[in-house]
Amino acid sequence: MALAFQVAGTALLPCNPLRAAALRGAPTPSSRRISLRGVSPRAEFHLRPLPYEMDALEPHMSKTTLEFHWGKHHRSYVDNLNKQIEGTDAERYNLSELVLKGYNNGNPLPYFNNAGQIWNHEFFWSSMCRGGGGEPPAKSEVLELIVKSFGSYEEFAELFKRAGATQFGSGWVWLVLTRDAKLEIVKTSNALTPIVWDHIPLLVVDVWEHAYYLDFQNKRPDYLAEFLDHLVSWQAAGERLSRAKAFVNVGEPVIPDL
Amino acid sequence: MASTMMRMGRHTVPSAIRGWAQRRAMATATLHTERLPDLDYDYGALEPHISGDIMKLHHQKHHQTYVTNFNKALEQLESSNDPEAVVALQSAINFNGGGHINHSIFWKNLAPTSEGGGSPPQGNLAKAIDAQFGGLDKLTAKMNAAGAGVQGSGWVWLGYNKELKRLVVETTQNQDPLQSKGLIPLLGIDVWEHAYYLQYKNVRPDYLKNIWKVVNWKDVAKRYESA
Repeated sequence: MALAFQVAGTALLPCNPLRAAALRGAPTPSSRRISLRGVSPRAEFHLRPLPYEMDALEPHMSKTTLEFHWGKHHRSYVDNLNKQIEGTDAERYNLSELVLKGYNNGNPLPYFNNAGQIWNHEFFWSSMCRGGGGEPPAKSEVLELIVKSFGSYEEFAELFKRAGATQFGSGWVWLVLTRDAKLEIVKTSNALTPIVWDHIPLLVVDVWEHAYYLDFQNKRPDYLAEFLDHLVSWQAAGERLSRAKAFVNVGEPVIPDL
Repeated sequence: MASTMMRMGRHTVPSAIRGWAQRRAMATATLHTERLPDLDYDYGALEPHISGDIMKLHHQKHHQTYVTNFNKALEQLESSNDPEAVVALQSAINFNGGGHINHSIFWKNLAPTSEGGGSPPQGNLAKAIDAQFGGLDKLTAKMNAAGAGVQGSGWVWLGYNKELKRLVVETTQNQDPLQSKGLIPLLGIDVWEHAYYLQYKNVRPDYLKNIWKVVNWKDVAKRYESA
C-alpha cells in the first residue's frame, strides 16, 4: 500500500523526496523517538527511513549499495550513538545540538563522530532523488546563485567534482550558503560538517569509499559525475535555500524611492 | 656564469637569460620518478583471506594512482618558481608519496600461506613481542582493536621506537607514513575501505581477524633486525 501511494505521489509531484516523505506520513524531520522506560522518559535516536525505496536510484546507485550504506553503516552510527550517550547529559540534545556541542571548537568529543555521521547521512539521502541530476531548473534561484558564484553551471560542476576527487581520504563535499549569502563548495573529512562553521548546507555528496566502492570501485571521479548527472536533487537544494532565506539576506536589497 | 646570475636573485636577472639558465639546470638534473613495485605473488595467492579482485584493484589501480600522482607532483615541484606553488603541492606530495611508501611496505608484509604467510614470528622479534605484549595473541588483539577504531581511512602499524627500543602499536590517518609519528614501520595493515570492502563490506573486524593468516612475519622480522 505504501509503495502504491509513493508511486502515485511521485508521479504527480516533481522530484521532491522531502515533500513525498511528508505526504507518506513518514516521521517528521526529527530523528528522535520518545519512549518511556521505567518512570522517566528518555529519548533515543532511530534510523530514519530512506526518502525512497532501496532500488529507486538504480542504475546510478545500486540497491546493494543502499542496503549496506544505509542498512549497515548508517544504522551502526545510530546504534553506536545511542550506546555512547545512554545515561549521560548528552542524551537530552537533538541531533544538530549534539553535532554542534560535540565539535567542541575543533577538539571533538567522543560522540561527535557518530552524531556527525548520522547528520551527514540523513542530509545525503535527501540530497538525492529518483530522476535527479542535471542542471537546476531554468530561472530557479539556485541556478541564479550558482551562475553568480561560479560563472556557470559547468564551472560549478567542474569545481564540485574536483573537490570530491581531491578530498584525500574519507569525507564529504558540500554546496553551502554562507551567512554572507555566497555559495561555496566545501570539503570536510570523516564526520565533519560545515554547520559547525555556521554555514547552511544545500547539498552533499559522500566520498567515503563505502559510498561508491561496490558500484564504481576506485573510480571516484565517475561516481561524482554520476551523482551530478543523475542523482542530485535540485528540488531539495531549492527548498533548503528557501528556508535559508529566513536567516540570510540573499539577493540585492530593495531600497524604495523616497 | 649561469650560477652567478641565479645567485643575483630572480628580480635582477633578465627573464630570457633566467629561463635559459633554468632549462640548462633542469636538463642536467635527472628527475627522479617512482614506479609501481611488482608483487612477489599472484593476485589470487592470498585467497580466501584477501580476494584476488581486491588485490588486483588495490595494486593496479589504487597504488598505481599514488605512484602516478606522486610523480606528477614531483614534476610540478621541479618546475615551480615561487613559494606559493611549492607549498600548494605539499599535500599532494605527502598524500601520494605516503600512499606509495605505505603500500610498498604492505605488499612485502603479506605472503601466501604456502610461502610462510601466517606462520608465527620466530627469534628476536618473537621474544620482543612476548616480553612487551604478553604474546602474539595479545598483540593481534591490540592491533585489531586499534585498526577497528581508526575513524575514516588510515593504517594500523606495528612500529619500532628506536630511542626507547620498544615495539609500539600505532595508527595513522589517511596515507601519513609511520615516520610522521617518529617510528620505524615493521608491519602495516591498510584499513582504508578499499582494502577490504568488496569482500568484507562494512565488517572491518572480520578483515582484521583474517589478514593475520597471510602476514609475512619473516619480512616483519627482517625490518625489526635492521631497525
